[in-house]
Amino acid sequence: MKTHSSTEPRASTGSRASTGSLTAWSGYRINLVGLAAFSVVLFWALVALFAPYITPHSVGEMIDLDYFGPMRPGLWLGSDYLGRDMLSRIIYGARYTVGISLAAVSIACFTGVVLGMTSAVLRGPVDMVVSRILDAMNSIPSKLFGLMVVAAVGSSIPVLILTLSVIYVPGAYRFSRALAINIDTMDFIMVARIRGERLPYLIASEILPNIIGPVLADLGLRFVFIVLLLSGLSFLGLGVQPPYADWGALVRENIGGLPFAAPAVIVPSLAIATLTISVNLLIDNLPQKIRDRSAS
Amino acid sequence: MTNLVEIRALTVEATTDSGRKIQILKGIDLDIAAGETVAFIGESGSGKTTAAMTLLGHARPGCRISGGTVKVDGHDMATLPEKERAALRGTTVAYVPQSAAAAFNPASTIMDQVIEVTRIHRLMPPDEARRRAVALFRALSLPDPDGIGDRYPHQVSGGQLQRLAAAMALIGDPKVVIFDEPTTALDVTTQVEVLRAFKAVTAQHRIACVYVSHDLAVVAQIADRIMVLRNGAVQETGSVHDILTRPAHPYTQELLHAFHPDTGGREALPVADSAAPLLEINTLSAGYGPPQSNGQPLVLAVKGVSLQVKRGTNLGIIGESGCGKSTLARAIAGILPACKGDIQFNGKELWHSARQRSHDQLRDLQIVFQHADTALNPAKSIEDILGRPLTFYHGLRGKARDARVDALLDMVRLPRALRHRRPAELSGGQKQRVNFARALAAEPKLILCDEITSALDTVVAAAVIDLLKELQRELGLSYVFISHDLSVIEAICDEIVVMYRGQTVETIIPADRQPPQHPYSQLLFSSVPKLDPTWLDTLNIDADRMRVA
Amino acid sequence: MTSRVPSLILGRLLIALVTLTIVSFAVFFATTLLPGDTATILLGQAATPEAIAGLRTAMHLDDPALLRFVYWIGGLFRGDLGTSYANHMPVATLISGRLANTLKLAGLTTLVSVPLALTLGITAAMWRRTLYDRIVTIATIGVISVPEFVLATLAVLVFAVYLKWLPALSFTYNVDSFSGLLRAYAMPVITLTFGVSAQMIRMTRAAVIETLNTPYVEMALLKGASRPRMVLRHALPNALGPISNAVALSLSYLLGGVIIVETIFNYPGIAKLMVDAVSTRDLPLIQSCAMIFCFGYLILITTADIVAILSNPRLR
Repeated sequence: MKTHSSTEPRASTGSRASTGSLTAWSGYRINLVGLAAFSVVLFWALVALFAPYITPHSVGEMIDLDYFGPMRPGLWLGSDYLGRDMLSRIIYGARYTVGISLAAVSIACFTGVVLGMTSAVLRGPVDMVVSRILDAMNSIPSKLFGLMVVAAVGSSIPVLILTLSVIYVPGAYRFSRALAINIDTMDFIMVARIRGERLPYLIASEILPNIIGPVLADLGLRFVFIVLLLSGLSFLGLGVQPPYADWGALVRENIGGLPFAAPAVIVPSLAIATLTISVNLLIDNLPQKIRDRSAS
Repeated sequence: MTNLVEIRALTVEATTDSGRKIQILKGIDLDIAAGETVAFIGESGSGKTTAAMTLLGHARPGCRISGGTVKVDGHDMATLPEKERAALRGTTVAYVPQSAAAAFNPASTIMDQVIEVTRIHRLMPPDEARRRAVALFRALSLPDPDGIGDRYPHQVSGGQLQRLAAAMALIGDPKVVIFDEPTTALDVTTQVEVLRAFKAVTAQHRIACVYVSHDLAVVAQIADRIMVLRNGAVQETGSVHDILTRPAHPYTQELLHAFHPDTGGREALPVADSAAPLLEINTLSAGYGPPQSNGQPLVLAVKGVSLQVKRGTNLGIIGESGCGKSTLARAIAGILPACKGDIQFNGKELWHSARQRSHDQLRDLQIVFQHADTALNPAKSIEDILGRPLTFYHGLRGKARDARVDALLDMVRLPRALRHRRPAELSGGQKQRVNFARALAAEPKLILCDEITSALDTVVAAAVIDLLKELQRELGLSYVFISHDLSVIEAICDEIVVMYRGQTVETIIPADRQPPQHPYSQLLFSSVPKLDPTWLDTLNIDADRMRVA
Repeated sequence: MTSRVPSLILGRLLIALVTLTIVSFAVFFATTLLPGDTATILLGQAATPEAIAGLRTAMHLDDPALLRFVYWIGGLFRGDLGTSYANHMPVATLISGRLANTLKLAGLTTLVSVPLALTLGITAAMWRRTLYDRIVTIATIGVISVPEFVLATLAVLVFAVYLKWLPALSFTYNVDSFSGLLRAYAMPVITLTFGVSAQMIRMTRAAVIETLNTPYVEMALLKGASRPRMVLRHALPNALGPISNAVALSLSYLLGGVIIVETIFNYPGIAKLMVDAVSTRDLPLIQSCAMIFCFGYLILITTADIVAILSNPRLR
């Protein structure tokens, strides 16, 4: 899933300039929705981190004689299609969903942002070639790209991480390049250039500090896209392979429970939704200062 | 009710992002009689525009009228319901914005927008409105009054748009018109025409005007009375004559003083003419766009300019926007490599591109940009901004660097405590001083100053110019001073080069006190408004005729 | 004045062409780098070496990769998409009927979602910061944050399991009556509409709000214009470019959406065909489907850019 509007940098308007200096610090206010969203994200992060210590049962153990069992004491989230404890499977699923997505988004954003800033500073042929190639990559729908790679090399966790990050490099590149180009037109970059500064100083010291806020917010959005894509691939049976299962794979395994609304199919769906909605809401409610492109 | 406009104890409140409330207008009282023109004058942030907007019952987003009354023609704009306010806008009170270019909708024709007021308020049939608009275009001496309305906003010039915006305001026959810095964005030669057109039309229709401006000389031409604002409070109100001759308030005195900059002390050139010039440019050409078959760029902005800067002296380059003066500065600095000609600096030939110049050459020739807001990295502290050139050019680190940063802050008369702040926490004047201090940090021989006072308020700009002069005496620098503002250039330069359409038309030495010879220089020099209120009426120039010459 | 528009559009089309070349290059090589010999796969393990060698020559399999790429592209232009590994049928035959099905689904979704999304997006922008706007905004965030299969699952739960209005998982291909057609398409179209509309609402709202913040809209306010007039006469004409851009970009979401929706509802479209081809590793089929998807995507984003160029009044 791609949301182009939210990945494009916001146009900064001069309308707030009149009160800007008076409220230089007040922009760091956080609101209630943002706080709630942050708590949910933190919750899932902790669950993923401490999964082995908090699972009540072993993930593979069949403990319920009934399959698609309902929620009840001891089996708080019911049982799956083989009678395994859903709570334990969700807790372990968090590891795969959060872990793989986090690894992929880090690689994608690091590569994209460094390339984007470099292109913005160098301009000319380098920018042209890199932009063209990455734009072309961007015109392959992300799910299709995933399908092709899985068809070509099969699915494993390293392949998934790498594929997901390759898919989202162009987006991160486009976003950071647009931000960096805006900064690059500022006179302080010109001052640094004619002082004789070189590329690494320009991108690390002059540009990056001015775009780091929006870049981090973008990283959050891209994390959501990656979670969605990973879940989608797993749902199609092309993502995380058994015996491991992320949340998307859990929905796939238990889709047979859908006609009788078994918790085994609803709970992993909800888990994905709570994580992605929280990240999105967190970013939407971030203090203005961090979301805006620069602290002017 | 005797006055058309009666403002009593008006306060406007702004709510910050954190929910804190601050008063940006602190109790204003003012009366305006029918047909009278009152100017609101003050520096940026003084609340002059906010005050003028209340006459329309409008406060910008985040602000609201929090107290007092604004009676316009008997209606209190502060308390009227939105619908009734809307009914008065355009018919009783109208507005001419600072930037007409932004205030015209790019998607519809000028005529549609000019007569929109008559449509909204159902004042007259469209045909009659159009006839009226054409008559106004003619009265505002716009070229092609019959055809200009069919164009789109991006197809006419800035000066014309500003007059079209006035036509848009006048079409509904308002009793009061608010002019919000309507000539600030224009060149001086255009400003004269626009001011004349405004003055003639408003006088003819006996319209009361509120004229918001920071420029005392412009205001002197057009206003009957002046209200001086500072920090949201009225400093003094009086007739133009009183304010100009007997300013009571210290701030008004400061404003007036800034208008008579001290040009003394620069009567003769300090260094003998025989010495080799510091900077010498021969037939330099530069421009933008891809190179054409003849090796020149698509748009040639500087065409074969030659000039010299002698050691320890200052050269001023003056001209209006688009004359190529900034391009020339960029070509000298090597930002925009020149396509032809040569640059001799400190006895050596300079490469056209800064990339190929040596470390020492880059250090000796510094440039300071107009907008300190964009010239200082908002993410860095003042210490880092000033420290980087010290490390880069002189290898200073640690204590030595700290000491030098302190010394630089002292030099530009800034408190040392500012070193830990970020640019956003500084005022405009302070930022421009830091901007200048960064150039000084390199210990250059020549500093190119590109419109460095243009974004500053008059009083602040005058102080910066004084500082520059002082530093020059102490450090033996030379400046190339680029500006559109003659008074600034006259205050600091030993020689003035007038640029027009990419070429130099005349070199003037202020110490010689010779009037300009070239017709364009004459037009430019005579277009600079004087504090004398009769200046505009007695001015005898025809800009269009002069331009052709 | 008018001379810039054709050259800009031409430039955009050229870029699309370059992109298509790069993409087809990528699609071809990604899938030919696979392990396994095509001829062996086609003829089966029991085939004689002579037969395999013969087929290799016939299929140009021994030629350099670049040359095979050229043959492949040439084939695409002639409508020769190759032969399926799985059932030895021409790929073109396999695809044609399926493509029509997918286009039907996409077309229906577009018909439903565009008017719906534009109305919601524009009105939310008009009544910004009201309760209505807040509900629309939160709902769209909710929908775009959720994978399509969760949307589909929810739709099944609500409409089939609880309300029992519509058939659940199986696509009953009974479209003789209007109600049958409606029932057959309802679930996939509902699911896709949710996803597409959420994107479109967000982008439309942002585009309109951006134009509402311009000085010329403030100027209209100061001329005494009413709120509907400000939006309809001043903001919308200028937001037209960004809005059409948003529509085209959101529709490109369909391409990803159908992959999941066709699978989950067992809909006989081209995306289902491709997912099945992935599980059987049917390369010619995957390549062709991938090219169709990329082509569709490229058409949409190029259209979006061209509309943006055409609707820029400054270029008129």
